Amino acid sequence: MTALDTSARTQANHTHDQSGQSARFWESLAGWLMASPAITLLLLFMIVPFIMAFGLAFTNQRLISPNPTEFVGLRNFERLLTVRPLVLQPVVDPATGVAVLDEDGQTTYPAVRTYTRNNPEYPQFDGLQEWTTWSWGDDKLVWLAGDAVFMKSLFNTLFFTVVVVPLQGSLGLLLALIINQRTAGVNIFRTIYFMPVVVSMVVVSILWRFIYDGQNGLLNNILGAVTLGNFQPVDWLGNPSTAMWAVIGMSIWQAVGFHMVIWLAGLQTIPGVLYEAAAVEGAGAWDQFVHVTWPGLRNTAVFILVTITMAAFGLFTQINVMTRGGPLDSTTTLVFQAVQKGFEKQDIAYGSAISVVFFALVLVVALIQRFVTREQGE
Amino acid sequence: MNTTRILHRNQTATTVVRYGLMSLLALIFLFPIVFMVISSLKPDLQIMQDSSSFRAFLPVGDISFDNYAETFVRAPTGRFIFNSILTTALTVVLGLLVNSMAGFSLAIPRWRGRGLVLTLIIATLIVPFETIAIPLLLIVSRLPTIGLDGITQGWLNTYHVQVIPFVANAFSIFLFVQFFKSLPQELVEAARIDGASWFQIFANVMVPLSGPVFATVTILTFLPMWNAYLWPIMVVQIEEFRPVMVGLQYFFQLNVAWGEVMAYLTIITLPVLVMFLALQRAFIESIASTGIKG
Repeated sequence: MTALDTSARTQANHTHDQSGQSARFWESLAGWLMASPAITLLLLFMIVPFIMAFGLAFTNQRLISPNPTEFVGLRNFERLLTVRPLVLQPVVDPATGVAVLDEDGQTTYPAVRTYTRNNPEYPQFDGLQEWTTWSWGDDKLVWLAGDAVFMKSLFNTLFFTVVVVPLQGSLGLLLALIINQRTAGVNIFRTIYFMPVVVSMVVVSILWRFIYDGQNGLLNNILGAVTLGNFQPVDWLGNPSTAMWAVIGMSIWQAVGFHMVIWLAGLQTIPGVLYEAAAVEGAGAWDQFVHVTWPGLRNTAVFILVTITMAAFGLFTQINVMTRGGPLDSTTTLVFQAVQKGFEKQDIAYGSAISVVFFALVLVVALIQRFVTREQGE
Repeated sequence: MNTTRILHRNQTATTVVRYGLMSLLALIFLFPIVFMVISSLKPDLQIMQDSSSFRAFLPVGDISFDNYAETFVRAPTGRFIFNSILTTALTVVLGLLVNSMAGFSLAIPRWRGRGLVLTLIIATLIVPFETIAIPLLLIVSRLPTIGLDGITQGWLNTYHVQVIPFVANAFSIFLFVQFFKSLPQELVEAARIDGASWFQIFANVMVPLSGPVFATVTILTFLPMWNAYLWPIMVVQIEEFRPVMVGLQYFFQLNVAWGEVMAYLTIITLPVLVMFLALQRAFIESIASTGIKG
C-alpha cells in the first residue's frame, strides 16, 4: 500500500513539473562538481595512502629498488611482534658443580648469542634480538624479540602516554580552574599560558635542549640555586633514566595551554545557578567541585583524554630534534621508528607495517571513546 | 561586623595568593621564550656565562643584532623564509577555496551520495598523518610533474609536494559544513527564486556571511603549515625548497653557535607570536573549536 502510494506520488511529481526534474539534475551536478576537487585530493592523498599502508605492510617494497616488489605475507608483522622468553641459568663448572664466578665475584651466564645465532637446537630463537632482561632468582629471564628496538619503541610510546595523559589532563584542568575567574588581568594570564601552543615543536625542542643541558643548562642552574648548590648537575637528555622524563616535562609545558582552553570552554557551559544553589546548601569549594563542576565536565574530560592520548601516540618531533631515540633507545617511539625504517632506511614496507600497528592503537582508543560517549548518551 | 571584616581579609589573602600563583605559572610558561629572545642578542660566550645567573633573562652586557646578521650568512635564511611563506600562503588560499566549496556542496544542495561522502570525510579524521606519511612518500615519489622541461617523474624536491597533499582537509570541510548549515536557509530559497545558480549562491550569498569560519580555517591551516617538519624532512632534500623548520639543521652542523641558533629561532617564531598576540581571541577560539566537535 505504502509502496503504491510512493510510486503514485513520484509519478505525480513527474507529470507535475518537468522543470523540477531538470532543476534536481542541476542541483546534483553542482553538488558533485563543487565537492569533486576536495574528494579527488582526499582520495589521492589520504584514502589511497591509508589503504596502501595496509597493502605495503605485506610486501618487501622499498623506496628505490632494482628488484620487483613481492608479497611476503605476514613476515613484517612476525618480525615486529615476535617476543619469546629465554631462561638463562648460571654457568656451572661441570666437574665441581659450583657456579662459575667472574672477576668481580658475580654469577656468569651463557651469552645470549649462543642461542640466537645459528644454534640448531633452538630454531625458535634464531635471529632474535635481546630486548630486556629480568632477574628470576639465580636465573636470568631474557626477553627476545624479532625487533628489539621496535619493542622498546612500543613500550616507550605507551609509557609516555600513560604518564602524559593524566598529568597533562589534570594540570590543564588546574590551570583552567585558576583562570576561570572574573578578575582583572585574567585574560593576560590565559594568553601567556597558551603561548607555547602556537610555538613550533621544533623551536620548543631546541630551546629545551639548552634548558636540559648537562653543563650550562638552565634547569641545573635553577635547581642549583634553589638548593643553594646542593644539587648535582644532571645531563637530563643524556641519561637513559631521565631522558624520557625530560621529554615528558617539555611536552606538557608546550601543550597544556591547549587543554586549559578546552577545559575552560567546558567550565563555562556549567550554569552559574548550580553553584549558587550549592552555596546556599552550604557546600564548600571542594564539594562544589565534586558535585557540580566535575559531573558537568564529563564530555570535556572524555574529549581531552582522547586528544592527549592520540597526540601522545604520535610522539615524534621532540624525539627527532632532542634525542634521536637515544640514549640506548630509551626515548625511541613508534612514529620515530616508522620514519627511521620507512624513510631513512627506505624500507617502505617495514615502515608501513609499523604505521599499521600505530593505527591499530589509535583505533582502539577511538572505539573506547565511542563506547564511553554512547554509554552516557543513553 | 566582625565576621565580614574577617571574610574581607580572607578574600584579600586569597586574591594575593591567586595572583602570586598565576604569576609564578606565567614565569614557567614564559622563561624559555624570554631566554630565546634575550640570548639572540648576546655573543655565545656571554650566553654561557649568563646562564648561571638571572642575567640569562635580562638584556644586559654586550647586546647587538650581530647574531641576526650572521644567520643570513651561515644559511640561506631568507630563502627558507620565502619558501615557508609561499607554501603556507598557497595552502591557505587553495585550502579555503577547495574546502569551502566542498563544505557548501555537502551542506546545501541535495545530491545522491552526499550523506555517504560526508560520513567518509568525517571518518578520515581519526587517521593521523603519521600513519599515511610513509605510503604517501611512495606515491609522491612516483607522481608525474609537468614543468618547463617536459614531464618528469616524482614530486620530491618541489614546492607543490609541500602544498597539494594538504589543500583538502577533512576538518576544514567539517567546519564549513557546520557553519553553512547554521546560516538561515531562507537565503538560499530566495536566491533560487531569483534564478541564481548554485555557484552564485555559494560565492555571492554564503561566502560574504562566512568571515568567522574563514578566519578559523585560515588559522588552523597556517599554524601547522608554518611549523611543518615531518613531511618536509621526508620530501625535500635540497636547500632551494626547504622551509624554515628544516632549515634549522644548518645551525647544527660543525660548531653550534648558540647565539645564531637563538636568533634564527626568534626570526621564525616572532611572526607567529606577534600574530597570535594581535589576534589572540580568534586564535584561542579557533584552536578551541577543534575541541567542540559534533
